[in-house]
Amino acid sequence: MTYDAVIIGAGHNGLVAACYLARAGLRVCVVEKNDWIGGAAVSRELYPGFTYSNCSYVCSLFRPEIMRDLELPRHGLQILPYEGGAMFTETGGYLGMFRDHEANRREMARHSPRDAENYDRYLRDLMRHCRFIRPLLMRRPPDLASFRPRDLSELAWLGKQISGMSEAAICDMLRFWTISISDYLDEYFENPVVKAYQAVGAIIGTALGPMSPGTAYVLLHHAMGDVDGNVGAWGYARGGMGAITRALADSFRASGGELRAGVGVERVLVRDGRATGVVLADGDEIRASRVVSNMDVRRTFLGHVEANDLPDGFLKRVRTFKTRGSSGKLNIALDGLPRFTALPEGAPMIRGDLHFTDSIERMELAYDDWKSGHFSRDPFQDMMIPTTIDPTMTPPGKHFMSSFVQYAPPKIAGKDWTHADRDAFGEACIAQIERAAPGFRDLILHVEVRTPRELEAEVGLTEGNIFQGELTFDQMFFNRPVPGYADYRSPIRGLWLCGSSTHPGGGVMGAPGRNAAAEILRDMKRPLDDMRDAYAVL
Amino acid sequence: MPSFDTIVIGAGPNGLAAAHRLASRGDRVLVLERGTTPGGGAAGAEFAPGFAAMPLAHLSYNLDARVARTMDLPRHGLRWANANLATTALSATGAHLRLEGPLGLTLTGEVSDRDRAAWAGLRARLLRFAGVLAPLRGMTPPRLAKGVGNPMGQLAKIALRARMMGADEFRELGRIFLTNVHDLLDDELETPLLKGALALDATLGIWLGPRSPNSVLPWLDRLAGATDGAQAALGLPMGGMATLGAAMARAAEAAGATIRCNAAVAQILTDGDTVQGLRLADGEELSAARIVSSLAPKTTLLSLVGARHLDAGQTTRARHLKTRGGAAKLHLALSAAPDFRGAALGDRLVIAGSEHAVERAFNPAKYGRTPQAPVMEIVIPTVHDPTLAPAGQHILSAIVQYAPPAPADPDAARTAMLDASLRVLEDHAPGIGALILKAEMLMPHDIETRWGLPGGNWHAGELSVEQMLFLRPLPGLSQYQGPIKGLWLASAGCHPGGGVSGTAGWNAALAMERAGK
Repeated sequence: MTYDAVIIGAGHNGLVAACYLARAGLRVCVVEKNDWIGGAAVSRELYPGFTYSNCSYVCSLFRPEIMRDLELPRHGLQILPYEGGAMFTETGGYLGMFRDHEANRREMARHSPRDAENYDRYLRDLMRHCRFIRPLLMRRPPDLASFRPRDLSELAWLGKQISGMSEAAICDMLRFWTISISDYLDEYFENPVVKAYQAVGAIIGTALGPMSPGTAYVLLHHAMGDVDGNVGAWGYARGGMGAITRALADSFRASGGELRAGVGVERVLVRDGRATGVVLADGDEIRASRVVSNMDVRRTFLGHVEANDLPDGFLKRVRTFKTRGSSGKLNIALDGLPRFTALPEGAPMIRGDLHFTDSIERMELAYDDWKSGHFSRDPFQDMMIPTTIDPTMTPPGKHFMSSFVQYAPPKIAGKDWTHADRDAFGEACIAQIERAAPGFRDLILHVEVRTPRELEAEVGLTEGNIFQGELTFDQMFFNRPVPGYADYRSPIRGLWLCGSSTHPGGGVMGAPGRNAAAEILRDMKRPLDDMRDAYAVL
Repeated sequence: MPSFDTIVIGAGPNGLAAAHRLASRGDRVLVLERGTTPGGGAAGAEFAPGFAAMPLAHLSYNLDARVARTMDLPRHGLRWANANLATTALSATGAHLRLEGPLGLTLTGEVSDRDRAAWAGLRARLLRFAGVLAPLRGMTPPRLAKGVGNPMGQLAKIALRARMMGADEFRELGRIFLTNVHDLLDDELETPLLKGALALDATLGIWLGPRSPNSVLPWLDRLAGATDGAQAALGLPMGGMATLGAAMARAAEAAGATIRCNAAVAQILTDGDTVQGLRLADGEELSAARIVSSLAPKTTLLSLVGARHLDAGQTTRARHLKTRGGAAKLHLALSAAPDFRGAALGDRLVIAGSEHAVERAFNPAKYGRTPQAPVMEIVIPTVHDPTLAPAGQHILSAIVQYAPPAPADPDAARTAMLDASLRVLEDHAPGIGALILKAEMLMPHDIETRWGLPGGNWHAGELSVEQMLFLRPLPGLSQYQGPIKGLWLASAGCHPGGGVSGTAGWNAALAMERAGK
């Protein structure tokens, strides 16, 4: 039989696209190489009794309209917002963060009254930029070189968004998009720890340092999400990040979709410039009128399509698409809750994100290590203990800790990561935690250390880049993934992309999957009844 | 008190270009210069007895053709010793790479055929993109507010020319516009020495490393310049760059402008929000209905005008204007010609072993420290004009990157920078150390003191995309008209930035004429 669409990869974007297509009445099959589904949004039991969110670890960006359209809460998804966090300083102090705005300001004033004063202005400016960007997430970027009505009307829409703004507001926005987070924060704050805390969101997942231009914009990527309409809030998915993809899979099956896990796609079948299905690793063929790849653009076209079927210019741009990984991850099973000496007993900050890099300079130094092809000995960590909020992940009294680490290069001095490299990398992180929480090491029951190598091998992210492609301007919006192909299509008719390599990029957002499905349905002249606009929370 | 129609503050290329244009049209123009000689970045101070004074700029790459033609600079003494200087990318082993013609039209040395072909393609594309964007330099930047008289016709023409390159090239311009030099070079080329020379060329005078996003745009801007009609060609005037500064001063005087040196301006005097005149550092007051400041915008707005004449937003923005300079200047008086392992000494010599070497030199400067192995662009002007030094002796002038603009201990940083530079030079020209009669290292803070450029930044304000075009020097002030009536901004800190071009001054004068009509 022939499917209307076969989707390669059961990551969150693949499943989002699959759900929308199945709801529109298409016969859809999702193929996943791993025995489990979820891509980088997974919950896995890697130590008996412990559930690990072993790739992505927090949730905020997932689009609320998708959650509603696909009825994910009905399929078991629950997002638990978490409280604040802390940045530990080298001198044994800390800067706390709270969800409560006034508490936050009081804590900031402890470090710098002036910074606390400026915090409101900072947040207000940030929200203004968020307000402009959010509607862009769910749209197909225009092709600047095209004169097609669709592209022209998209440009006109953009122009209209801007024409309502004052000159000063547009200039502020353009500056914000292009400036470094370090320079941007200098305009508001004076305290190094305050600045370092605010810079966190601007470097996570990027292969750039806080002094690199363009990083202020990345901050937006981490600030524009929301949990239940609470903009900028972050949360945990109850039961680990796999709960998101599990709910998506349930929603998909409920719409009549088919899911096949455990066998990967060998290649995309192409006949006369048109995709006709896929060949699986076990030799099976799945015929389909269209193939939708949730793999990144390089994996899709360099690994699963014949080069002969692609134009040279396109192939060159795919080859030079930047997917340098910059991060690693430690997943740790703990016998009990670690005690951070800087924090007062019972401090709520332990339920949030914890960091040790107390200045922009230290973050930038860690990036300098990455540039020279080494992981940092003084790494930047974004650490969480989700079990302080979601006790379902471990046996009672035990904890799961997730630490996202930068910077880790895709290769060590040009060579593949060895086990020894991986262990040294893990040790650098554990030593840093141990310094802030003496006795931490003794609580460790099990550690999984993940470098870009593991991310590539297991999740299929080329070079371990968690965004399926770096989020720099030359790879954003109409440039993502390839200029002229930002419309989720490819030079091969019927072969579509729906992963984070496409606009608007990475994070567990679901926007690329939904946008791709919208394009496919438009292409088939199907109504988009199941895609309702987002409610305005900003 | 004496009265003039227009007083121009600062006798640098921009001030002189503006003065010339205004004086030619009948204005009584006075140019005030703080230093002893006019010329700005193209005027220098003697650093060793018997050796010519070395200016900040040692090569010409973007002299505005309109300025050169109208000021008739050849008549006032400008001759090119070489209007198309070759570059030698120096290797510590002597396996140099020579780039001849504008932006390395031909390559001599060890380069693979693959790289030769790739470079020819990339070079043509860079020049094409730079050429398309070049007309922007000569324009008053548009503003994003309504009713400000934007040059829509000119803008449409530039957009059309860009689109006429073809859909693929147009998209490619959209892609590389905000990309970084490292990736752009790395995608196409493999020869480290070639990539190093290009990466340094791209980042000269800007506060970005080759890995910094947005670093390609300032390079395209640099490549939009021309010498004697040849795009991207490097020019060395006979007698060095000081000749160019002197020629501009003579031309301005011939047009009727009066230049007064040793006259530092302390304050711009206003009546309400209209310019009345100015007060000099020695207390003398001069009146004029129009004041054109070619000083850095930050200095003009915050020191000469003062925060009380600006609105709160402008003051904050002016304070946040970024002015970090990462280029130091090294001058050596040499007892004999050095030997860079056989390299042609008349070339522009570049020491930057690879694009990584350039980035590595940038790393410590970010933290206020000096690099162990700085990268540099060297010119030996005495090869072209032996009269600049005693017979048989030479001057070596080098732009050394990256120097920290605000080191904790300025004197220690200067010493460290000099030592590191001499080590690098010794590696490439063994024995050069023994030839040194006198060495002068000018750190960004020295450049600030001597040339009045905040942070020692060549462009009187960083030339980075968030400070370019209608964002330069500040949003709302991009059309050369200052924040108070009668005050005009005409410095390198305005669009399109620095270099010995005179473009900002010329554009400003044109804007004044339009406003006067």
